[in-house]
Amino acid sequence: MRDTLSSTISSVTDLLLRRQAAPDVLTEQTGAAFAPVSPVEIEACAVSKTFGATRIFSDVSFRLARGEATALVGANGTGKSTLLRCLMGLIPTSGGSVYLLGQPTNEVAGREMRNIRAQVGLVSQKHNLVPRLSVLSNVLHGLLGKHPGIRHWSHSLAPQSSRETAMQALERVGLADFAHRRADRLSGGQSQRVAIARAIVGAPKILFADEPCASLDPSAGEDVMELFFRLVRDENVTVVFTSHNIEHALKYGDRVLGLAQGRIQLDATAASLSSADLRGLYD
Amino acid sequence: MTDTTPSRFELARFERPSAISFLGYALGLVIIFWCLAGAGFSLEKVASSPPRFADFAARAFPPNLDPQVLSRLGWKMVETLQIAFAGAVIGVILSVPVALLAAKGLIAGPWVNQIVRTGLSFIRAVPDIAWALVFVVAVGLGPFAGMLAIVIDTIGFCGRFFADDMEATDKGPAESLTATGARKLDVVACATIPGSLPAFISTSLFALEKAVRSSTILGLVGAGGIGIELKVGFDLFDYPTAMTVILMIAVVVIGIELVSGWARTKIIGEQR
Repeated sequence: MRDTLSSTISSVTDLLLRRQAAPDVLTEQTGAAFAPVSPVEIEACAVSKTFGATRIFSDVSFRLARGEATALVGANGTGKSTLLRCLMGLIPTSGGSVYLLGQPTNEVAGREMRNIRAQVGLVSQKHNLVPRLSVLSNVLHGLLGKHPGIRHWSHSLAPQSSRETAMQALERVGLADFAHRRADRLSGGQSQRVAIARAIVGAPKILFADEPCASLDPSAGEDVMELFFRLVRDENVTVVFTSHNIEHALKYGDRVLGLAQGRIQLDATAASLSSADLRGLYD
Repeated sequence: MTDTTPSRFELARFERPSAISFLGYALGLVIIFWCLAGAGFSLEKVASSPPRFADFAARAFPPNLDPQVLSRLGWKMVETLQIAFAGAVIGVILSVPVALLAAKGLIAGPWVNQIVRTGLSFIRAVPDIAWALVFVVAVGLGPFAGMLAIVIDTIGFCGRFFADDMEATDKGPAESLTATGARKLDVVACATIPGSLPAFISTSLFALEKAVRSSTILGLVGAGGIGIELKVGFDLFDYPTAMTVILMIAVVVIGIELVSGWARTKIIGEQR
């Protein structure tokens, strides 16, 4: 156990040294740790999270630029999903600050927070569709941040313009023909594509994806990832996704953040890493 | 050195209770006997009751099947069901906003949750027959008082269980909508309530069964329904008519339970 831990730490330390030596494609070397060329859309400053006496992670800091796709990797229980929720302001941090689109999420609340979140989308591992409602209603719910109120509760009540926007989102994920089908009558891959349509229907600037293909078979998972990144790259959306799939992290991420032992142990461009490098995080 | 530890296949079937457990069991037995004494439990009375029960049965059977009596009782049963349905439907509808205020982490803060839950506990603590007496005083004798008693009783029952159902529903869809900036009310309307709907329907059907059972005895205190016929039957020693009322109540209550069970399976069975 101790041997495994020390070998992990040494391999991660090697990677960190390599990262410092390698030029980062998305940053300029200006003396600061990271000085993104594009505007910063997500910034974590010394973020920590504890549940009771259990420390999940601490001193997590990074800045993500517009259009950057970042893979958050790490073994089970390292706090990837918790970090994602902290970034979205869904759960409070225990320390440090998070800035989304330049706004400090732990200092704003109510309408201000909702306005920030209206520019954010979330795709979850379990799809999180409302089972008894239609596919179209589920996608329309993605517009509630921008259009609150009863008219977006159901496809029967929605204004024509919103229905068209939702249909376009469904068209983009190839499920326009399923608009009136109940969400619980879809396969896992179809459900996840509907969840993607719901996440992109509001044209978000930032998308968070928490293991988006973990509940899918490898083929469906590959399809979903291809589709997801094809859609978001077209729109220059900033993406943070967690994944246990090392190949996905390297293929779809511009940058990889590795969580281990409650800290960011790896922060490097995907191009500078190999599968073997990331496996160290899982030992 | 031989290992004397029993393997996991040779463990004792029963464990010797600790001193505290033993005291707990003894205290439990004392409480049971104390309650039996308070309830006037008497083996002598139990032994002597079968002949008396047989005497009642002999005087009650055959039930009164006179067409005029059956017609009168039939209409009273219809009124009973009207009280139950109207009261249960209004109660279920009013329970939804009450439950929203009672459920933790939805639209109201912890203080409001606690106050509403305490109010619901109070409603449930007062028996439906006592509510009927209160409403007879408030709105006078008749079925309206009975209906109001059913409404308030249903709110106490459904308000609590709807709140529990919403707290227990899958938080995922709500989180996905919250993450995109939806208001709490929109999240509740679009994710929490649809997610809890099967449980709401099941609870509502139980509430309807409960309302039908309750409404059959509200007449005992003048709050409408067939209960008054039961009281009059016993008061006048007209046991055949009283037996007819008892059998009608049994048939209707069992019928409602069967229909409700079928509807529950049908509706919730569709949820995969």
